[in-house]
Amino acid sequence: MAQHNETVLSVSDLRTEFHGGRGHIRAVDGVSFDVGRGRIVGIVGESGSGKSMTALSIMGLVPKPAGKVTAQSIMLDGTELTSLGADGLRRVRGRDMAMVFQEPMTSLNPVRKVWEQVGEPLAIHKGMNSRQIRARVLEMFELVGIPEPKARLDAYPHELSGGLRQRAMIAMGLICEPKLLIADEPTTALDVTTQAQILRLMLELRDRVGTSIIMITHDLGIIAEMCDEVNVMYAGQIVEQGNVFDLFDRPSHPYTRGLLASIPKTTEKRTDGRMPSIPGMVPNLERLPPGCRFNPRCGDVMAICHEAEPPLGEVGGGHLARCWLHSRKADGPAPAAGAVL
Amino acid sequence: MTVTASSPEVIAEPSLLREGIAAFARNRVALVGLAFIVVLVVVALFIPWISHHDPYRVALDEQFLPPSLTYWLGTDNFGRDVLTRILYGARISLLVGTLPSLISLVIGAALGILSGYVGGKTDAIIMRLADMMIAFPSLLLAMVVMYTLGANLLNIFIALALVGWASVARVVRSETLALKGKEFIEAARANGTSRLTTMVKHIFPNVIPTLIVLFSLSIPDAIMWESSLSFLGVGVQPPEASWGLLVAKGKEYLLQAPIVAIAPGIAILLTVLAFNFIGDGLRDALDPSMKD
Repeated sequence: MAQHNETVLSVSDLRTEFHGGRGHIRAVDGVSFDVGRGRIVGIVGESGSGKSMTALSIMGLVPKPAGKVTAQSIMLDGTELTSLGADGLRRVRGRDMAMVFQEPMTSLNPVRKVWEQVGEPLAIHKGMNSRQIRARVLEMFELVGIPEPKARLDAYPHELSGGLRQRAMIAMGLICEPKLLIADEPTTALDVTTQAQILRLMLELRDRVGTSIIMITHDLGIIAEMCDEVNVMYAGQIVEQGNVFDLFDRPSHPYTRGLLASIPKTTEKRTDGRMPSIPGMVPNLERLPPGCRFNPRCGDVMAICHEAEPPLGEVGGGHLARCWLHSRKADGPAPAAGAVL
Repeated sequence: MTVTASSPEVIAEPSLLREGIAAFARNRVALVGLAFIVVLVVVALFIPWISHHDPYRVALDEQFLPPSLTYWLGTDNFGRDVLTRILYGARISLLVGTLPSLISLVIGAALGILSGYVGGKTDAIIMRLADMMIAFPSLLLAMVVMYTLGANLLNIFIALALVGWASVARVVRSETLALKGKEFIEAARANGTSRLTTMVKHIFPNVIPTLIVLFSLSIPDAIMWESSLSFLGVGVQPPEASWGLLVAKGKEYLLQAPIVAIAPGIAILLTVLAFNFIGDGLRDALDPSMKD
């Protein structure tokens, strides 16, 4: 991903651990990726793969004291987030980076008027008075395509539909023109037509406002449509990283291939009457299998996969995969002695 | 913009408040309670202009007169009009019913939200304090306060607020815990909202319906407390009139003139009942768990 001249966000070796009553869980384990200016970077994975936790870790919203976030560096447009205290991070949130959540029905406070909430970042970060805030919120409502924006300013959240609420949430996220917007499954709770509208809106806004977007989803269709680069996550790690065209052309990790194969296609006639899926379940993070974390579900499993964890190796053109299949070919970091098959 | 949505965007639904008022208005019992309290408040406010009797005038030649057209409920041991004294007593009883409830509500809400939202040691300390307050016999505590600080109206307020905040704090804390997990709180945090602002602007407005209900239900409690304290002699002091005190003084002449003690007792009963009706009505109208 080095081909982009400007990097807005650079995450390196992000680790998020939870010390619960039953032990120690690494929800995010050594995640590194970059987001270029005006780019849309996808994070895709099953539930529990750590994709939302990655977003919360970057935002500094991991619940404390249970969760502990460490990283070599999280650089947001020249600011090192890891060295900011809680208060410093709070000043960055909403101003330089914002987040849109999955559930538009519950991410607005039911007892406050919409404009107050959408304009809240302005009150916090820009110290605007309520007349200025109203004017700016109205502009944003027009920008995100809320019909009759003036009448909607004083609406309560329950008076808006899910699609409108998500538009309002996006307006809230972008109101301070942040450098980075993290969208955590922004369309999962919406019906398909609204979904398409919201996605198109986000693409348009990216072009207008120039905000970089991290798009978290479990839907590879959204990734294909929206993203420039993709990170595939599995059990807290990035297992494949690359340009979106490259990744869909040459899925290099068996997990990515499995995900692609599980997209139902109308053109194929299935004889067994079953949808293709990856066998097995996401492993319990407390009891990870030895070696490669995907080995119990992998169709291409080899002896070494049970012995050592594969490195995230180059498979060509900046495309990375965490799989022994490629580490030999691409002669990445020398694998352990057991690698000789 | 090409993305103007065509789907029906506004779900027609009346506002929460209007819905609540409508639900309350449908509740006959609650309306009766409300009517009673309104009449009582108006009469208590304007009693000096309504009644021509002096509540403090001693007329020993008019002791224990039976109910008549001049003295609707008769007279007491000092020849004072019982009804007039009850209505003057209503002023103190209503004041004592509302003000300390309000104070304990404010304290309880603040501590409850703080406890629930901040959690950790703060939570532990506040809740253990609340447990202590609840575990300790409250009448005894209130009596101790009254005894040490002296029996006057201000100290009744202090005593009742001290006794009342703990249960409010507990309810508000549990509500805060539930709210804390909601996505809009996380969204607020993602905006860079500080903890104080989150508590004041996001949690507090959501707790208001609960507070209204708690308030209306704690008024009768406070009236009972004041009556108990006055009855026991550490509350309002004669010649002031409060309902508890009227019952206490009247009981000495229970055989001669039972109405002197019974009438203020009935006043307490009816008022407490009316407030309870209102409280139940408000709870049914405002409690979100009763909806959906």
